[in-house]
Amino acid sequence: MRRIISVLVENEPGALSRIVGLFAQRNYNIESLTVAPTEDETLSRLTVVTDGKPETIEQITKQLNKLIDVVKLVDLTEGAHIERELMLIKVKAHGALRAEIKRTADIFRGQIVDVTSGVYTVQLTGTGEKLDAFIDAVGESTVLEVVRSGVTGIARGEKVLSL
Amino acid sequence: MTEGKQVELLSGADMVVRALADEGVEYIYGYPGGALLHVYDAIFRQDKITHILVRHEQAATHMADGYARSSGKAGVALVTSGPGATNTITGIATAYMDSIPMVVLSGQVPSRFIGTDMFQETDMVGISRPIVKHSFLVKRAEDIPEVIKKAFYIAQTGRPGPVVVDLPKDITDLTKKFPYEYPGKVKIRSYNPPQKGHTGQIRKAVDLLMKARRPIIYAGGGVVLGDASDQLTRLAKQTGVPVTNTLMGLGSYPGTDDQFVGMLGMHGSYTANLAMHHSDLVLAVGVRFDDRVTNSTSKFCPTAKIVHVDIDPASIAKTVPVDVPIVGPVLSVLKEMNDLAVASAGAQDKEALSNWWKQINEWRSGQGGLFPYETAEGIIKPQQVVQALYEVTKNDDAYITTDVGQHQMFAAQHYLFNKPNRWITSGGLGTMGFGLPAAMGVKLHNPDATVACVTGEGSIQMNIQELSTCRQYDLGVKVINLNNQALGMVRQWQTMQYSSRYSHSYMESLPDFKKLVEAYGHVGITVTEAKDLMPAMEEAFSLKDRLVFLDVAVDTNEHVYPMQIKDGSMRDMWLTKTERT
Ligand SMILES: Cc1ncc(C[n+]2csc(CCOP(=O)(O)OP(=O)(O)O)c2C)c(N)n1
Ligand SMILES: [Mg+2]
Repeated sequence: MRRIISVLVENEPGALSRIVGLFAQRNYNIESLTVAPTEDETLSRLTVVTDGKPETIEQITKQLNKLIDVVKLVDLTEGAHIERELMLIKVKAHGALRAEIKRTADIFRGQIVDVTSGVYTVQLTGTGEKLDAFIDAVGESTVLEVVRSGVTGIARGEKVLSL
Repeated sequence: MTEGKQVELLSGADMVVRALADEGVEYIYGYPGGALLHVYDAIFRQDKITHILVRHEQAATHMADGYARSSGKAGVALVTSGPGATNTITGIATAYMDSIPMVVLSGQVPSRFIGTDMFQETDMVGISRPIVKHSFLVKRAEDIPEVIKKAFYIAQTGRPGPVVVDLPKDITDLTKKFPYEYPGKVKIRSYNPPQKGHTGQIRKAVDLLMKARRPIIYAGGGVVLGDASDQLTRLAKQTGVPVTNTLMGLGSYPGTDDQFVGMLGMHGSYTANLAMHHSDLVLAVGVRFDDRVTNSTSKFCPTAKIVHVDIDPASIAKTVPVDVPIVGPVLSVLKEMNDLAVASAGAQDKEALSNWWKQINEWRSGQGGLFPYETAEGIIKPQQVVQALYEVTKNDDAYITTDVGQHQMFAAQHYLFNKPNRWITSGGLGTMGFGLPAAMGVKLHNPDATVACVTGEGSIQMNIQELSTCRQYDLGVKVINLNNQALGMVRQWQTMQYSSRYSHSYMESLPDFKKLVEAYGHVGITVTEAKDLMPAMEEAFSLKDRLVFLDVAVDTNEHVYPMQIKDGSMRDMWLTKTERT
């Protein structure tokens, strides 16, 4: 079962290593991990995508909660939520390909953010699936480099994760 | 700062020592080194806390641990950076696995050199991360009082555990002074241990307990840590339900009481393991369904509903599914259960319970007691030594520590504890070398108490250097060495599972322990004949203030039984070398 767990942690040195360490130590999966400061400078927000049996997921949330630096967490996948990932992708863009890439980027609502005579750099956001689909659409052979941010997410509606 | 009060200016090093004193710490156990020289100087210039110089930093942590297990308060170890810090790792892990409150203060290279592989630098916060409840790297001297306050608060509340405080040398600089005030209280917004169980769940639990036909209480170290032995005993007494203890829980229920069916698990009693297997309700309190208890979890207690009370939600349903989970301090939960049980006493099926007891008593008497064993002419059985120890000390409210191996299990089976905090053993990590320093920590704080360490000739050699510390501080502990001239527990497995191929389970070239302890300035007594056992034991304990090392030659071939059979249920056990359930 794929899960997106969103965690508010104290913005303290070492907090991230405790969280990553916990996953390694207890043999839990990390599919992706993003972390950044929040509007409250004492807190960071971390989004981790993991995969496991329901019992494992339960242990993951309990063990995370036990870490002193963890203030609060929520399993976003338990409710309606929005999930986004950012991708920057460098693709070959010469000759006929140039227009083709531009068109595909438009369809996916991507933006071309950097241009050279032979290369486009496209910025795309969406779910992981959408980003995968874009790579498929332009064709693996045109892709020069891909960088993805990892998933971040937020609950739909009025639910908020805050202090 | 209170108005009108003169603000005290202290250096970082002096603040460390003062904060410990203000926290109520009497003794710290440690070993100096470069990164701690400022702190050691501050120790020299005060008389509020007493520093005990160990001979190896591992022993400092075990001393702190032994003290903590006997008192419920955090023990404190102080070690230098690098090798001093790494030497504490086994002790920290030992405390972590058994949820023992401890504060370890480690020196560190000066802040600006961190990360440069400076002499005696090691990333202590990193190395200890998986085995601490929390850790701090102190960044500013001004933070010292608050960090130390938080360290004790975290170590001692909720599910207790060890906390590391890493102190870079510049932070303890003697020339820089700061206003000092020790906080009376701290609040950590991200740390709020549960204060109370869910009343609805507690109600459900009592309801199940009262209606059960074959109930059993399975109580562990959490009851000892949570100071809930009286409430546990009250609940058992008023409901008439049998009680079994885990290794860590021994003493949380009176061992001499008839409702006590002995320890359970891998080397638990036949009666306790059968009662668990056949029960229809297991009330698990302060336990963690450890693999040394459950045997195969898929076959665990097939007909029982399970109620689990624990302060740590992560302990609940970790290995075994639970019907009624109750997260909360065991003391308050048991208190509530007791009050509800009084009100619903009429709901109990007394006849079913009396049949259950009939069955249990048949199991117990059919075996000839909880832990039967055979004696033999001309050989001292290790169990006999533990029984002799029990006979000599049972009226002394003694503290018994152990090392790890067969002797530990024999002690757990045959020494009966009527009070909590008297049985001090490394359960979760199973650390050989724990027993002697743990006994020292207990003795230091309870100078008039009878303190004995049950050990083996293998384990004792893992921290034998502490006999020197005992000499320095006149620690009159008794060491009872069940000398089977073998790493007995390893040998037992090799006999049973490896066709007696004794790969490296011998203790060859053993020292003459009597001479060895005499060289350290203590009293040694060697016992090789059964007739000398009891007189020697009495002599050892009559020498009140001396450390006496009783080296007893015991049967090399004795095994610990019962022994659960791997991948089986709780009731699948070897009972003797040839007989199984
Ligand atoms: C530090 C450490 N190393 C290894 C072990 C594995 N081990 C468990 S029991 C045991 C034998 C202990 O021998 P001894 O102290 O003589 O006790 P006995 O079993 O003979 O009573 C060993 C090696 C351990 N528990 N701890
Ligand atoms: Mg031995």
